[in-house]
Amino acid sequence: MAANRFNAFTDYGIGIGLRVPHYQHILSQHPVVDWFEVISENYMVDGGRPLAVLDQILEQYRIVQHGVSMYFGSADRLNKEHLRRLKALTRRTKTPWLTDHLCWGSVDGRYTHDLLPMPYTWEAAKITAEKIRQVQDYLEIPVNVENVSSYAEFHISEMTEWQFLTEVVERADCGILLDVNNIYVSSMNHNFNPQEYVDFVPADRVAQIHIAGHSRFEKYLLDTHDHPVLDPVWDLYARAIQRCGPTATLLEWDDSIPSFEEVHAEALKANRFLSIVKSDGNTTPVCEGVR
Amino acid sequence: MNELKQLQRRMASAVMTPLTRNNGMKPRTAAGHSMRAEAQQFIKPNDRLSSFERLEIYNQQYWFRVLDAFADDFPGLRAIIGARKFEQLSLAYLTECPSRSYTLRNLGSRLLAWLRAHPEWIQPQERLAMDMVRLEWAHVEAFDVADEPVVGPEDLLEVTQATLFAIQPHIRLLQLAYPVDDLLIDVKEDSDQHSNAASNAGSYRRKPHPAVKKVEQLNPERIYVVVYRHQYSVWYRRLTPEAFRMLRSMQQGNQLSVALDYALRGSRLHESELAERVKEWFAEWSQMGWFCKTLDTMRLRVDDSSKRRQDKI
Repeated sequence: MAANRFNAFTDYGIGIGLRVPHYQHILSQHPVVDWFEVISENYMVDGGRPLAVLDQILEQYRIVQHGVSMYFGSADRLNKEHLRRLKALTRRTKTPWLTDHLCWGSVDGRYTHDLLPMPYTWEAAKITAEKIRQVQDYLEIPVNVENVSSYAEFHISEMTEWQFLTEVVERADCGILLDVNNIYVSSMNHNFNPQEYVDFVPADRVAQIHIAGHSRFEKYLLDTHDHPVLDPVWDLYARAIQRCGPTATLLEWDDSIPSFEEVHAEALKANRFLSIVKSDGNTTPVCEGVR
Repeated sequence: MNELKQLQRRMASAVMTPLTRNNGMKPRTAAGHSMRAEAQQFIKPNDRLSSFERLEIYNQQYWFRVLDAFADDFPGLRAIIGARKFEQLSLAYLTECPSRSYTLRNLGSRLLAWLRAHPEWIQPQERLAMDMVRLEWAHVEAFDVADEPVVGPEDLLEVTQATLFAIQPHIRLLQLAYPVDDLLIDVKEDSDQHSNAASNAGSYRRKPHPAVKKVEQLNPERIYVVVYRHQYSVWYRRLTPEAFRMLRSMQQGNQLSVALDYALRGSRLHESELAERVKEWFAEWSQMGWFCKTLDTMRLRVDDSSKRRQDKI
């Protein structure tokens, strides 16, 4: 099930985010990694070190592009320059699919550089889906949208987040990058059952899964990507791959980044769950072993 | 206007409102209304956080992110005007000139123009600070703009005075009134030492930042600097006034003969001396890969008629 039209029928295994502190290690030691995820915007430039490193990585590894500022949910029109550069980069990386967030972050041409939450309304779903369709048509590769962590909810929302996500991807006919850490963070911040979320989303549209660490503050959780994955998130991951099958999985670690080996070892913990699902799709693995 | 746009304008306006001195959300909107009432209008509270507190999380994240990115790009300006004033300047600039790009890389693109309109932020060191900002922005641009194919020795065989040389797009030429190149290198080295020392943070000393001491001792000195990229790193190199003028003239698309005339203007160099220097410069610049094949649009253009009647250099 996990190799589907939204990930170009691939089976990518477990990847990690390509980050600057690891460049030297990767290029000199050539570690075995299934794939790397790159932040598209970091490489949408005309030259210099970013592209030189990317080209070297591309000689040896598979890359998937992940964007942070397409803002499908923004009421503004799509930024043509952004799209043009993004398409050029997809040609360079030959990314089999592309991901960005189900959120907004700009209005009237002003950018917040944040992943701001959507109001879960029918109108917003329609506008967002239309923009995803436009991007998908222009880029000519599958687009998958990622659920974000959120800290606020709107009075005008007319449905739950998971209903909204489903409505958008079905209208747009696109895939899902299911971030189980984000589901957990939002569930704690908004008092919902995260498993209900995982159980609701259309499993046949899930092309990729994100796992990550977060931070606990006094009154809320913050999606910081600066810790190992916590047990409740592994539980959700287990549930997600039980529903979706073995799915391309990516560990995000963006702050207080430890050594390459540590990050990779953390990502590979997902193998415990994937191997069980691969051998017996009906068994829900327990996360005792990764604690 | 649709409901989505209305909500996004409302939220962005709150999120982009500067924080209080204690990094909290301001109690009043820009229009003077209660921010608490404004937040309640569109954000639900929960059992732990009020609408105001939930909105405040985004307000704080916005400012922490853009202020950090801006400070990363302008450490030299910060060293010149001091940390506190820099923070105030950053707030004022980013409030008036919020990002209009999908990338934070372009956050400082309007700083020079903004400072020209608001010199009060950098007085009494206006010229020094402006020079530093020009250098720091040139650095940002030189880091990732395009490389064009380099002109090889075989391309130089047919050079005449009518030849048009294209200069690599990453080359930035700056005429400055202060030696801010040395200062910026010092600031970056100091900053690296400070960040390395941060892991042993127990013995933080309250002595002046070494770069700040250097700023106080800095005297005006006219310098000509080329900011360029070599092997994926950005470098600064000082040029003689003649070399600077020549390179700038070529960058503007002038023929070699015009660039030579321009280089000599006001120079004490004799013409014969200049010819010798030009050879040295060309050898060095071509070795650095500063000449590229972008003219017309990807190759050297040689005016054939001129080539026949002019001496090769």
